[in-house]
Amino acid sequence: MADRPPEFRTTLYDWHLAQGGKMMPFAGFSLPVQYPDGIIAEHLHARSAAALFDVSHMGQMVLRGRESWKKFARLVPGDVPGLKPWQMRYSCLLNEWGGVVDDIMIVRPDAGDDLWLIVNAARRAADTALIGTVVPPEQVEMAARDLVALQGPKAARVLVAYTEAARALSFMQATWTEIHGIPALLMRSGYTGEDGFEISVEPRHTLELTGVLMRHPDVKPAGLGARDTLRLEAGLCLYGHELDEKITPVEAGLSWLISRPRLARGEFAGASIIEAQILNPPERLRVGLVVDGRAPAREGCEIQEPGKNRPVGVVTSGTFSPTLNHPIAMGYVEPAFADPDQPLNLMVRGRPVPARVTPLPFVSHRYEKQKKQN
Amino acid sequence: MTRKYTRDHEWIRTDGVRATVGITDFAQHALGDIVFVELPEIGRKLEKGKEAAVVESVKAASDVFAPVSGEVVDVNAALKDDPARVNSSPEDEGWFFKLKISDASELDGLMDAEAYKQHTGD
Repeated sequence: MADRPPEFRTTLYDWHLAQGGKMMPFAGFSLPVQYPDGIIAEHLHARSAAALFDVSHMGQMVLRGRESWKKFARLVPGDVPGLKPWQMRYSCLLNEWGGVVDDIMIVRPDAGDDLWLIVNAARRAADTALIGTVVPPEQVEMAARDLVALQGPKAARVLVAYTEAARALSFMQATWTEIHGIPALLMRSGYTGEDGFEISVEPRHTLELTGVLMRHPDVKPAGLGARDTLRLEAGLCLYGHELDEKITPVEAGLSWLISRPRLARGEFAGASIIEAQILNPPERLRVGLVVDGRAPAREGCEIQEPGKNRPVGVVTSGTFSPTLNHPIAMGYVEPAFADPDQPLNLMVRGRPVPARVTPLPFVSHRYEKQKKQN
Repeated sequence: MTRKYTRDHEWIRTDGVRATVGITDFAQHALGDIVFVELPEIGRKLEKGKEAAVVESVKAASDVFAPVSGEVVDVNAALKDDPARVNSSPEDEGWFFKLKISDASELDGLMDAEAYKQHTGD
């Protein structure tokens, strides 16, 4: 029997244990699924106050020099070369068929020539390989940094005590700053649908930063369990569930990531396939599903057309929504069944459970939209 | 009244041929926040070791197995609206169903409290 490689421990591993974190393997890392308060309490805390997440498993990469941006842009559908200082964007790395190799954040924290990429832990190797096909190795490097997320309506209030940047940034902006003297790349962004920040620091500062943030009575730690229920309520994709190398941004409902001028000029991988899908609906579309009763419909549940018992799709993520107090799911269905209020049956343990298509997100985003002056 | 335990973390409390079944405190703790419980229909004949109910936490669904064979004579209807009782009171208010035991000798193979404690590594 082959030995499983041991999971990587993040800088905060011992801190998680001291907080009573229940550790589980995730994408090669040992991370807390929850703390003693439990997933629902942690989830509701992020919706009402401020939750602290260790997301140091995320990969951080730097593209060095404008030449590298132009080469890199071949892999992404958005306007990367047009990124202004302090801007950050959600985007996808695409293969030649327009399939999503990873969903990523692209960050320009200052007026300099470096771009930062935040990528999924499980996709680091695939991303590095793909980027290596267009960007020479000396122009891209993996940064050994940790990432801590502070998410919730009170996150900004916690951070403004330490940095004016927490006030100046609007959602999807980033800048270099210091938090209690700790040099940090501060991004106003997150994966919960709430206002919040993701803070990139060198590992030697992570424990201190965590301690500084935890001093505030409104801050409590939250684990991967709450991270998943929060992102599902916010209608956000999870790689390996709603996204993979065979799914295009159009199918995933991410057409808003696509720069139309760049598409028209065919400037990125898979552009012709994506253009065709915009003109004629693809074979499947991502939808949100509100599920009757209380039993969650999980990943893999077949979606059927009611009355006909014909499979028309599959659930990719499903859980019980702590905010709405009923089950929710996302999945892919044939386009004819993707309109809001479309009734569908989800097969849970062999029995049909009624559900209907609903616009995403399930819970409204509450991002802070004020503007940092350029 | 005696209480016994299975390796799969169900408990069974017997009073003659009547028995009450639920999941242990260890089990509810491992599962986390419970959001749904699917109970067997009254009158259903359960077979020892076979699936009897389903418990869903936020993270995942888990089967609950019948500790012994018997007929379901009652279910805890309160769990329908308040499944979190399984978290707050797993071995009392959070019971799942009641059985009329068909073969009391099946109880002999189950663990007592001391053996179960060892089984869970306490």
